[in-house]
Amino acid sequence: MNNPILEMRGVSKSFFGIKALRAVDLTVYDGEVHALMGENGAGKSTLMKILSGAYRPDPGGEIRIDGSLVRIEGPLGGRNAGISIIYQELSLAPNLSVAENIYLGREISRSGMLARGVMREGVGPILKRLGADFLPSTLVAHLSMGQRQLVEIARALHARSKILIMDEPTAALSAGESARLFALIRQLRAEGLAIIYISHRMDEVYALGDRVTVLRDGRLVGSLDKPEIRADTIVRLMVGRDVSSFYKKDHDPKAGRGHPVLAAIDMADGHRVRGCSLTVHAGEVVGLAGLIGAGRTELAHLIIGASPKISGRLELEGRKLEIRTPGDALEAGIAYLTEDRKALGLFLDMSCLDNINLTVLGRDAKLGWFLDRDKAHERADRAFAGLSIRAANVGVPAGGLSGGNQQKLLLSRLLAIAPKVLILDEPTRGVDVGAKSEIYSIIDNLAKAGTAILVISSDLPEIIGICDRVVVMRAGRIAGEMTRGPNSPLTQEDIMALATGMEHLDA
Amino acid sequence: MPDNGASQAQPAPSTTTNGAAAETKRQRVRMLISALGMLPVLLILCIGFHFLSEGRFFTGQNLGIVLQQAAVNTVLAAGMTFVILTGGIDLSVGSILAASAMAGLTLSKLPELGMLWLPAALLTGLGFGIVNGALIALLRLPPFIVTLGSLTAVRGLARLLGADTTVFNPSMPYAFIGNGSLTFIPGVASIPWLSVIALLVILVSWLVLRRTVLGVHIYAVGGNESAARLAGIKVWAVLIFVYGISGLFAGLGGAMQAARLYAANGLQLGQSYELDAITAVILGGTSFVGGIGSIWGTLVGALIIAVLSNGLILVGVSDIWQYVIKGLVIIGAVALDRYRLQGSART
Repeated sequence: MNNPILEMRGVSKSFFGIKALRAVDLTVYDGEVHALMGENGAGKSTLMKILSGAYRPDPGGEIRIDGSLVRIEGPLGGRNAGISIIYQELSLAPNLSVAENIYLGREISRSGMLARGVMREGVGPILKRLGADFLPSTLVAHLSMGQRQLVEIARALHARSKILIMDEPTAALSAGESARLFALIRQLRAEGLAIIYISHRMDEVYALGDRVTVLRDGRLVGSLDKPEIRADTIVRLMVGRDVSSFYKKDHDPKAGRGHPVLAAIDMADGHRVRGCSLTVHAGEVVGLAGLIGAGRTELAHLIIGASPKISGRLELEGRKLEIRTPGDALEAGIAYLTEDRKALGLFLDMSCLDNINLTVLGRDAKLGWFLDRDKAHERADRAFAGLSIRAANVGVPAGGLSGGNQQKLLLSRLLAIAPKVLILDEPTRGVDVGAKSEIYSIIDNLAKAGTAILVISSDLPEIIGICDRVVVMRAGRIAGEMTRGPNSPLTQEDIMALATGMEHLDA
Repeated sequence: MPDNGASQAQPAPSTTTNGAAAETKRQRVRMLISALGMLPVLLILCIGFHFLSEGRFFTGQNLGIVLQQAAVNTVLAAGMTFVILTGGIDLSVGSILAASAMAGLTLSKLPELGMLWLPAALLTGLGFGIVNGALIALLRLPPFIVTLGSLTAVRGLARLLGADTTVFNPSMPYAFIGNGSLTFIPGVASIPWLSVIALLVILVSWLVLRRTVLGVHIYAVGGNESAARLAGIKVWAVLIFVYGISGLFAGLGGAMQAARLYAANGLQLGQSYELDAITAVILGGTSFVGGIGSIWGTLVGALIIAVLSNGLILVGVSDIWQYVIKGLVIIGAVALDRYRLQGSART
C-alpha cells in the first residue's frame, strides 16, 4: 500500500515564452486523495492537460507511472497511461446510452455489427460496484448531473485507470449528490485508486484530502500532509505574492460616498444566484470577489436584465426600477462591461467608430433614422484621445486591436451613455500591464466624478488595489463584506477565507 | 464622450506606433481588395464573352438585355443581402414572388381595383416576409427551417390564388415597368424600367445599410448577436425587419415579372429563384455567417450571373452545358475570392 504511482519531476510548460508551469515536482501515491489547490490561473488546468495528453510538456522534465518513464501524447495518451480525467463540463454524449458512452471509442463488434448486448453486460458489474441506480441502456440525456458523473467514473474504472483526476466535481451537484460522491471517492480510495482532487472549496479538501498540494503562478509552492492541512497555511500558500504598485486609487471614498445609487435586493435566478443584495454608492468602487462559479457574473446579468430573475428588485437613486432587457438598463444609466469582450462585447468586424457609438446611434440620429456621422466621429475621436486608444484611425475594425485597446474601446462605448452605475466584469482580463494601469486610472477618475462602480474581479491584488469595499460571493450567496479603513486594510487572506468558506472551519 | 471625467485619464506613452502604421497599411489593402471584390471577375467575363462572341457582347442592345435579365434577381438578391447580413437565409423568395405576382394579377382584373395591383403585390410579399421574420425572431426557430417551410407553403398558396391556372391580363395598368424603357436621349440612350427599379432598390438598400441606425444594427446582429442584445439592440425587431424587407423585395420582383409577362402561373413562376439570389449575394462577398458584406457586391454578383447566362447563349453553348459551366464558374469564383483574401490577410 501507498507506493508512488505518479511521479512528476521538473515538468514545465510554456506558451509563446510565458511559463504556465515551472519545474513542478509532484508525487501521488496509490490509495490517497491528493487535493490540488490554487487561485484561478495558477496552473492547475495546464498540469491536468499535460497528464491527459492535450499538452506536451517542455523537454527536460519526466513523468513516471508505477516507476516507469512514460510519454503521454495525443488525446488517448492519458487514458492509455492509466490516467482518467473527469472534467467540470462532463464529456459524455447525451444522445447515447450509458453503455455506449462507457465503450465510446472502444466499441465491441461481432462480425461487423455493434454488439450492444455484450457491451451492456460488460458495464453491469461496474455500475453495480458504484451503486448506480440506472441501467446500462439508459440514455445519458435522461440522467441527472450526479448520475452522469457516475458514468464518467465508471468509464474510468472500465478503462482500468489507476489515477483519477477530478476537476471541481461538486460544482454542478446538489448537496445530496455531493455527499454520495464523497462516499464513492472514499470507496475508490480504499480500493487503491489514486485520486487527484481539484477544488476551490476548503471544506471538501478538509473532508477528503490526505494531502494537499498548492500551485501558484505555475510553481508548486508546497505540499502538506494530512496533519498539516490548515486553512490559514493553505491560503498563505495560495496568495503569497507581493502586490504590485501600479494600482491607482486617488478618489476619496469618504468624500465621494454620497447617496446610494444602485441597490439590488434579494436577487435570484433559481440556480446560480440564490438571493443576493448589495448597494453601490455614488463615487464608490465596490469589489465583487469570489471564486469562478460563485455567481458573480450571473448576478451582474440579473441586474442588467440579460437573464431572467425569479426574485429580487432594483432601486436606482432610491426609486424602484424595472429592468427587463439590457436596453432598459442602459436607458436607466446602468452600463455593464462583459467579462468576455470578444463573444459578448465587441463587434470585431465593425469599425471602432461603430463599436463606440453603437448604443447612442439612435439618440443622435437625424430625423430619427439617419446616422449623424459628424457627431459619431467627434465622439470616437474624443474617446481615442481621452482613453488613449491606440489604433491607426477610428475606421479600422475592432478585431485588429490589442486586448487592452479593445477593452478601452468597449469601455468607451459604455461611457458614451454617461452611466450612473458602471458594472465592470473582469475589466483587466487579457490586458497588458500598461493598459491595466490606464484602466485603473480611468476607473479612479470616474469614481472621482461620482459614478457608482462595481468591479467583478478574480484578481485579488486588483480588488484590494482599487476598491473601497469588497463584497464576497460564495455559491450564489453573499458570503460577507469588508470595508477598507485606515487601520483595517483589505487583505487577500480575508477575502479568500470568505470566498472558500473557510472562516467557519477555522472558527 | 467620457462625460464623467475619464478624459482626464493620463495617456501612457505609445510604444506601438510602428506596429500600428504597418497594421493600417495592411488593413487598407484588405479593405481595397474587399471593396473591389468580384468586379474584376465580372469585367474579365464581359471581355472574354465579347471576344468569344466576335464582338456581339458590348452592343447597346445586348447590354440592355443583360440589364433587364439581371433586374429581378438583383431585387431579390438585395433583400437576401439584408437577411444574410444578419446570419440568416431566406429560401422562400421564389415562392413569395409567385404568390405576389398572382395576387397582383388577380386584383388587376377587377375593374374598380385594378390600379391597386402593384401595392397589393408589394403588401403580399411584405406580409409573408413579416410572418417569416416573426417565426424566426419571436419563436426562435432556425431561419433555414422556417423559410424552407414557407418555400413550400407559399408555393401552394400561389397556386390556390389562380385556382392552379395561368392568369392573364393583357391590359394591366403600369405594364410599362415590365417592358418599357426610360429614355434619356431618344434613339441613343435608354434604360429598361426594370433595370431602373433594380438600381433604385440597390440605392435604397445602400442608404438603409450604410446611412441609418438600423443598418448599423443589422451588421451588429449579424456580427455578434449576443453582444448586440447586451448592447440594448432589439434583435427581434431587426430580424423581423430584414425578413420583411426580403419579402417586400420578393413582392416587388413578383410585380416586375407580372408586368413583363402580363401573366403569372403559381406553379412555374419564380421556381428556384432563391438559389440565384443566394448565389448573387455569395458572389458579392457577403459572409454566410453574417456581419460582413455590401450591397454593391450583391449588384456585381447579380450581374455576373446575368452576364454568364447571356454570354453562354451568345457563344452558342448548349442549354445543358450552360448549367454545368455556370455552376463551376460560381464555385471557382468564390474559391478564387477566398484564396485572394487569405493571401492578403497573411501579408
